[in-house]
Amino acid sequence: MTSPESSPALSKGRSLTRTVSSKTIFSNVMTGLVVTCAILALIPLVALLYYVITKGIVRISPQLFTQLPPPPFPRDHPQFNSGGFGNAVVGTFMTVGIASLISIPFGILASIYLSEFARDTKLANAINFLTNVLSGVPSIVMGVFAYGLIVVKTRSYSAVAAGVAIAVLMLPTIVRTSTEALESVPNNLRQASVGLGASSYQTVLRVILPAAIPAIITGIILAIARAAGETAPVLFTALFNNFWNWDPWRPTATLAVLVYNYAITPFANWQELAWAAALVLVTMVLVANILARWIVRRR
Amino acid sequence: MTTNLQTSTKTNTDVVFRTENVNIYYGDFKAVRDVNIEVPRHAITAFIGPSGCGKSTVLRCFNRLNDLIKSFHLDGKILYHGQDLYASDIDAVEVRRQIGMVFQQPNPFPKTIYDNIAFGPRLLGYKGDMDELVENSLRGAAMWDDVKDKLKALGTDLSGGQQQRLCIARAIAVQPEVLLMDEPCAALDPISTLKIEDLMQELKEKYTLVIVTHNMQQASRASDFTAFFNVQANEKGQRTGYIEEHDRTEVIFQSPKQKATQEYVSGRFG
Ligand SMILES: Nc1ncnc2c1ncn2[C@@H]1O[C@H](COP(=O)(O)OP(=O)(O)OP(=O)(O)O)[C@@H](O)[C@H]1O
Ligand SMILES: [Mg+2]
Repeated sequence: MTSPESSPALSKGRSLTRTVSSKTIFSNVMTGLVVTCAILALIPLVALLYYVITKGIVRISPQLFTQLPPPPFPRDHPQFNSGGFGNAVVGTFMTVGIASLISIPFGILASIYLSEFARDTKLANAINFLTNVLSGVPSIVMGVFAYGLIVVKTRSYSAVAAGVAIAVLMLPTIVRTSTEALESVPNNLRQASVGLGASSYQTVLRVILPAAIPAIITGIILAIARAAGETAPVLFTALFNNFWNWDPWRPTATLAVLVYNYAITPFANWQELAWAAALVLVTMVLVANILARWIVRRR
Repeated sequence: MTTNLQTSTKTNTDVVFRTENVNIYYGDFKAVRDVNIEVPRHAITAFIGPSGCGKSTVLRCFNRLNDLIKSFHLDGKILYHGQDLYASDIDAVEVRRQIGMVFQQPNPFPKTIYDNIAFGPRLLGYKGDMDELVENSLRGAAMWDDVKDKLKALGTDLSGGQQQRLCIARAIAVQPEVLLMDEPCAALDPISTLKIEDLMQELKEKYTLVIVTHNMQQASRASDFTAFFNVQANEKGQRTGYIEEHDRTEVIFQSPKQKATQEYVSGRFG
């Protein structure tokens, strides 16, 4: 223990001017190392963006979103640049929409239960553990699950089946981010609300949820952005469709599967479409991230 | 359920709370023992005493806020106008609507000033003129002139002292019968503290106040009755609080019967 009287003695006689010592050299070297590593970590991201943008940008035009995929054409064919993947854009929104309809209500209700009604109970701990396990399950397993549960039963690939697979994929992210958001609402707001005579559900609806909603929305946006690009769970649940499809119970095209299907063909116009679809997916993820940051920042 | 409480408040007695041999536990830990006090109507009762002696614990029993703590339980009786608050047919939510609470740390909701005040009345399904109620509540907390031009500003953007008065306004908006205040001035500067003390004098015309304070001057200036809490360790080292002395404030501060009270109020304690 240093008593207050002894501390001036310790600092007595120390100079305030900067001296070049082994300590400063070490600290400069470390700073340099950290900066280098940070730049190295950025390289893959920049390279990926550069590659996807340069390859994909050639085909970006409004018709991408309004037309159907063309037949394969050779490079010198007059219609080489025709066609788009409007059906896959619609299909992606459809599957992700179905997935959101399932996973958002379930996820938020589950996290309300976990944070407000069962906090620190054995059951809550068990659910948290299972949620973590679920978030580590490979996404192809979600696909198999939805295949067995819906595709086999209904005898058809469908947007619904893909939606279920993606919903299971999104669920752990939504539960975890929402639970964190709700738990970070300060306890004194709960006490204020209960102290004014609010019942527990009134407290949740009128105080806790409004205070946590920006963080919850952020988590949901990021979950959706990640899910929209997932290929494995939609590959053999939604399958693909070369035509417009508005029926959620029929095979549906998605951007992720379009990239997968077209990139491995030998046809140049299909390959270009695959790059363009990849660019659209990356842009969606980017926009979602910016949106999420903006919501957080606005608080 | 709730009708019991409603009818009983009509038979206004001059004793708002009477406790009978109350012992309060957190799990196995006996936090406070043998609480026997009466809280008179339209008066300010102050709880003073060293840290950890259970002042907040007892205060929070008066509006069943301790129900939020899982390990909490009590035996004995807390009678509110003769009715046992912990009887099985009492609705705790209804209790808290009649017995309001102001906390040590100002805790306005992250909503507008207006919505902060309107929160309680909306819970109760208030059908009258909300603007008027908000204005009256803010006037009641002596802050109408501070905020009348910025009712749409966030309550959390006010200064600490204003936030605390907003919390008082929010509590009186539901027109409770009792206001419990747990160290309402602990986070405030001397000027805001004096404002709140003045406010308490006005509030006692309409409400019954129970306040916890560490500030001896505040207790002696502002309260009519004072309960001095003390704490005693048992053989297992558990520190259990109890009420050493409870009397009119002049008596506690000028001619206390217990030596410990004398030492505490004169600042020569422990
Ligand atoms: N939620 C809780 N769980 C367990 N024990 C608690 C809890 N709250 C308070 N206690 C214990 O009860 C005793 C009384 O605490 P309380 O907060 O009522 O004291 P206090 O007189 O208000 O002190 P202070 O003046 O510091 O606010 C303390 O020993 C404390 O550790
Ligand atoms: Mg306390």
